[in-house]
Amino acid sequence: MTKKQKKSLVYILIGLALFLAGLFCRGYVRLGFMLAAWAVTGWTVVRKALRNIARGSVFDEHFLMTVATVGAFALGEYPEGAAVMIFFQIGELFESLAVERSRRSISALMDLRPDSAWLWRDGEAEEIDPDEIRPGDILLVKPGQRIPVDGVIVEGDASLDTAQITGESLPVQVGQGQQVLSGCIDLSGVLKIRAESAYEHSTVARILELVENASETKAPTERLITRFARIYTPAVVLCALALAVVPPLFDGAWSQWIKRALSFLVISCPCALVISVPLSFFGGMGAASRQGVIIKGGAIMEDLARIRTAAFDKTGTLTMGVFRVEQVDEAAMDREQILSYAAGAESMSSHPIGRAICAAVSDPPTDVRVLREEPGRGVAAEVDGRRVLAGSAALLAGEGVAVPDVHADGTCVLVAVDGAYAGMIRLADTVKSNASGALSQLRDLGVRKTVLLTGDNAAAAERIGGKLGFDEIRAKLLPQDKVAVMEELLKEDRVMFTGDGVNDAPVLVAANVGVAMGGVGADAAVEAADVVILNDDLEKLASALRISQKTVRNARQNIIFALGVKLAILVLAAFGIASMWLAVFADVGVAVLAICNAMRMLRAK
Amino acid sequence: MKKTYKLVDLDCANCAAKMERAIAELPEVKAVSVSFLKQKMSVELDDESIRDEVMDKIVKLIAKVEPDCELILK
Repeated sequence: MTKKQKKSLVYILIGLALFLAGLFCRGYVRLGFMLAAWAVTGWTVVRKALRNIARGSVFDEHFLMTVATVGAFALGEYPEGAAVMIFFQIGELFESLAVERSRRSISALMDLRPDSAWLWRDGEAEEIDPDEIRPGDILLVKPGQRIPVDGVIVEGDASLDTAQITGESLPVQVGQGQQVLSGCIDLSGVLKIRAESAYEHSTVARILELVENASETKAPTERLITRFARIYTPAVVLCALALAVVPPLFDGAWSQWIKRALSFLVISCPCALVISVPLSFFGGMGAASRQGVIIKGGAIMEDLARIRTAAFDKTGTLTMGVFRVEQVDEAAMDREQILSYAAGAESMSSHPIGRAICAAVSDPPTDVRVLREEPGRGVAAEVDGRRVLAGSAALLAGEGVAVPDVHADGTCVLVAVDGAYAGMIRLADTVKSNASGALSQLRDLGVRKTVLLTGDNAAAAERIGGKLGFDEIRAKLLPQDKVAVMEELLKEDRVMFTGDGVNDAPVLVAANVGVAMGGVGADAAVEAADVVILNDDLEKLASALRISQKTVRNARQNIIFALGVKLAILVLAAFGIASMWLAVFADVGVAVLAICNAMRMLRAK
Repeated sequence: MKKTYKLVDLDCANCAAKMERAIAELPEVKAVSVSFLKQKMSVELDDESIRDEVMDKIVKLIAKVEPDCELILK
């Protein structure tokens, strides 16, 4: 509890005691006690009301509460006047506590800042501010603490909770010599780390900067409800006025109608409405950040929830950027022989393609003498005493091999043995293992069209896009072409674009929602993107969509619920069924329930 | 440029909205966002050289709209 809340609690308790004492008295003594109870709990409200009137804003909930309670006293309903003020204050306190609590727990999810660091010097640990860390310092990290800056372990091993930094949900085992990222939480074991960066350049500082400076575009729903709040209060007050004046003109029951009108004033405060919507969004962003997904603002969540087209960059996003043998076209030799000779020839190669061929053979030949390596063309080598060429058609032709007219698209390695064409190895970039799962999850979440955008040739794009079941494949795109294609897609529906960030910034900006994958590495992409996924797990995309949809639903529930209850009470009060007591309970209850509902977002996955 | 400030004792969501509306009406302010949940305000100006003066105006506005709330100028 803050100081202010404690003070308010004291006033409420005193007021409550005076109120109870007053109930046992009669006549003027009763009025005295009730007025005292009203004044003790309500003076802050009255003060605010007066201040607001001086500024010319009449439709202020404090003023209206004052009018309602004073009105009750004027009608001779002393206990009612005092009780409504007391309950209004209890409600305000409750609301403020609930909001404070939820704000704390959500902020805790997003706050990765290490509070302090322990500098290890001369056999002793000294507590310092993370800002004071200099590269090269040796730092001590104990279980439960966050690693303050990026560094290398010089002593000890531990398991780390890296979820908020890398999105990896399982604890990661680390040991001596390994690199660790700042912001990860040490779960077990004492570590000594050599700092590799200053705090301001460390991973955690960059993520925090991203979270805090994300342009705060408020969700349209939130803006709508704030606008609505502006007209809601005056509208209710006008209704109250009409209710107090019009019916009594016909039946003359002035005090009855005025009493009902006063109940109206009690529920005229739009606070429950105004708080519940942003709280849902805040909760949703907290839930996402626990998954290693940073969503920059409520407006983006709302866009994400309604995405219909999902466009992807290929290399590095859908694929791992690692090659694998896809197929072998047999000519003079069979698959095993072709691969074996090629692997022999490539055995010394460090090129990703060469490595991929070697990886496809369990028992590569060892009697190898590399004759020549031509970058970009291939290798000539002697394998088991036979002369092997592995590389492009140009390489083979240059050696006088008669190359048949093969359909060499994508990434291919042609193999010739002893001057005769043996066959061709087709390679492909490895598709991420969960790519197809992630895509089908996206479809379940309402994505109707999936599009693959790539700079690669059509055949390579077709192979990967076809396998994953893409609806549309656009190949051979230059970066500026991608933007043009994006604009085309935008004409049809709301589009999300996911890229690994390299050269993708313009497309990320053009899309309704741009998602950068793979952490905070590429500055331009992180800046341009609306959503940053800290690891390269495609399934987090589905998480982001799911959480956004739940959030929007949650906010909508709160609006309907809060408005519904208020409306119901207004109707009941108009017919004299709901008293001022009920009105004040309803108002407070709605706010607290809406806050509780918003807090459910924290558990969303 | 955009700068973010902390707000202390901002304790009603509707007041935050009122505050935001009042500040947005200042002609010098390009964009403003008051986040009740983060208890923060970000102010974007076209002309950075007058930031101090604008912030003075904003402090006065806040005092008018919500006297209990205090803006922390770093």
